[in-house]
Amino acid sequence: MALLNAEIRKDVKAALADVKQPVVFKVFTQEMECQYCKETRELVEEVSALSDNVSVEVYDLVKDQAVAETLGIDKAPAIAVIGKKDYGIRMFGIPSGYEFGSLIESIKLVSEGESGLSPETKEQVAKLTKPVTIQVFITPT
Amino acid sequence: MLLAYQLALESDLIQAHMVEVIEFPHLGNKYEVMGVPRTVIDETIHIEGAVPEPMLMAEFAKLLQ
Repeated sequence: MALLNAEIRKDVKAALADVKQPVVFKVFTQEMECQYCKETRELVEEVSALSDNVSVEVYDLVKDQAVAETLGIDKAPAIAVIGKKDYGIRMFGIPSGYEFGSLIESIKLVSEGESGLSPETKEQVAKLTKPVTIQVFITPT
Repeated sequence: MLLAYQLALESDLIQAHMVEVIEFPHLGNKYEVMGVPRTVIDETIHIEGAVPEPMLMAEFAKLLQ
């Protein structure tokens, strides 16, 4: 059974109409002890079916350890949203509810390669000299 | 969450990770997540609730000091 109903598919398709540059979901699953791996893979596959420019690559956290390490992925389910380069956008766990909207927005961001942040913020970010990881903890809503 | 993704897009030095705490309860414990969203920057800066851009950047300024 589809995770996205007809109404949501229609909205997502409209939201992704402007996605012109290719975006790849690299989704990591594992066979053992993974609550939402199957659903996470199905979710990104259903989304990718709604745009010609969005594709999915499925990896196994254990069997494809080398790929996982390259992307800094240490748990599953995980999604890396990759555009013309890897911008460092990751989702650990299923992006459902409110975060489904963020997933769709992340596709648009990565495709366009433009953050849309204010000039002040861009200026401040440009001053960074070392790597920073921002983790946002959420629950399904 | 979107703001974190925007920041990751803007800078090659920034990674943005969504973490669903029900699936990864050990991380919820480690980062003392009592309510969501909770934003943790570089293991050190913790912010409760939704974060507007100016507020996040004020916290971010601490990293530049």
